Amino acid sequence: MPGEIVSTELLSCNYREGRVLEDISFQVERGDYVGIVGPNGSGKSTLVKALLGLVTISKGSASLFGAPLSNFKDWHKVGYLPQSLHLVNPVFPATVHETVGLGLLCLKRFPKRLNRADKDKIDITLDELGILDLKLKLIGELSGGQLQRVLLARAIVNDPELLVLDEPTAALDPETRVRFYAMIADINRSRGVTVMLVTHDSGTIGEHASKMLYLDKKLLFYGSFDEFCHSPEMSSMFGEHSQHLMCHRH
Amino acid sequence: MNLLEILSYGFIQRALLAGTLIALLCSVLGVFLVLRRLSLIGDGLAHVTFGSTAIALALHLYSAMSLLVSAPIVMLASLGILKLSEKGRLSGDAAIGLVSALGISVGIILASVGGGYNVDLLSYLFGNILSIRSEEVVVAGLLCLGVMLLLTLYYHELFAISFSEELAKVSGIRTSYINSILVLLTALSVVLAMKLVGIMLISSMLIIPAAGALQLARGFKVCIALAALQGCSSVIIGIIISIMSNLPASATIVMVNLLFFAAACVTRRIIYPNKSN
Repeated sequence: MPGEIVSTELLSCNYREGRVLEDISFQVERGDYVGIVGPNGSGKSTLVKALLGLVTISKGSASLFGAPLSNFKDWHKVGYLPQSLHLVNPVFPATVHETVGLGLLCLKRFPKRLNRADKDKIDITLDELGILDLKLKLIGELSGGQLQRVLLARAIVNDPELLVLDEPTAALDPETRVRFYAMIADINRSRGVTVMLVTHDSGTIGEHASKMLYLDKKLLFYGSFDEFCHSPEMSSMFGEHSQHLMCHRH
Repeated sequence: MNLLEILSYGFIQRALLAGTLIALLCSVLGVFLVLRRLSLIGDGLAHVTFGSTAIALALHLYSAMSLLVSAPIVMLASLGILKLSEKGRLSGDAAIGLVSALGISVGIILASVGGGYNVDLLSYLFGNILSIRSEEVVVAGLLCLGVMLLLTLYYHELFAISFSEELAKVSGIRTSYINSILVLLTALSVVLAMKLVGIMLISSMLIIPAAGALQLARGFKVCIALAALQGCSSVIIGIIISIMSNLPASATIVMVNLLFFAAACVTRRIIYPNKSN
């Protein structure tokens, strides 16, 4: 399908301790903003990692931009922001500018080299996210919020069509979290980037996401935010009061 | 003996040239290895080099010819470490320990059986850069050129997997392939460095310049340049001091390297007094 960005068919993943995801089927359309929520250990991070080829799919299939994952080559269409605190080695000697430049490698052929235009593109992206003044800082010198924006810059510097974020706000204070969500919503609206965002924060994500995917090893709900708010299954799962709180748009 | 007199000897010129080339390789590779927490791979491969050298000596292959036996064996061992840690449900350090034990055991058994070449084999344990021959300098030069060319061509991929293998994969980088290149280049460098500092001290050539550079570098390229500067300077100064003071060259090179590292740590304390990492 032309507008289909992500598709899974009965996708299952196993870890040594057993099945983590079971028979997950859903489609994400161009321009969607999908909030992926669920309890701890429900398989949210595993799902996005499976979609990016970082975790082996034990059964079923997944495709990106209409191509089966095993044949997918257009990685320049994808931006990925992992749980940053687990990722960054605090003594890694890279500057912010060098780190963001890594996001452009997917656009380059061997031997990969960054030119003047690439360096300008990095500066423009840093400027858009309000962190151009950090460009010569080492990544180990940044606060959690600054680091998150740097890694977001790395994820969007290649102008991806799909942006996948894995619990991006876990280490942020409430104020920075609100600003971060607004930034992602703006990227989704103004650039038309399809967003898939994993979070525990089902209340806040409801303010921005156009679709909710509720997971607990199995897919328990997938649909628009309005459908989520009026779903009797979700009411019985959360209780009506909690569902109301989650669906209240501030 | 003054400095000019020292530099006029052919064997010292060969030692300085080969030593600088090997130090350059080890220092640059060391930055990637230290950041990938693979520092001890040098130690493990050095032990395999001991075993492979024992095989070469058993076949009556000496000096540059022994590289023809050692290089492929150590390169295979490096891939073995990589595959064991990737697929064999072993952590990287356990995989290094396993392959290292195999290498040293083979060396000891062959040394014990062969008896007659024990002295030759033991000379590889501590290295002797001053006895390096012209053909070994040529081999070191050619291999150094090849390794530096590959490092330049794959610089961004190596940088990317050192930063985060997960992010590198999602950027379309074939991480297994790049990891293989990194360990193969390390294997070649270890085989070359064996003559310089000996099997016992090879890992210091990989680790100390990178550790020193990490104290002061502001940027990845700067880090590589500083590591190369420290590694090469240590070899040149170490060789000269060892001749002037009649000390073993390999240990003197390592001590100079450690002094540079200490100086980098002190400098960091002075420049960035409030930084914890």
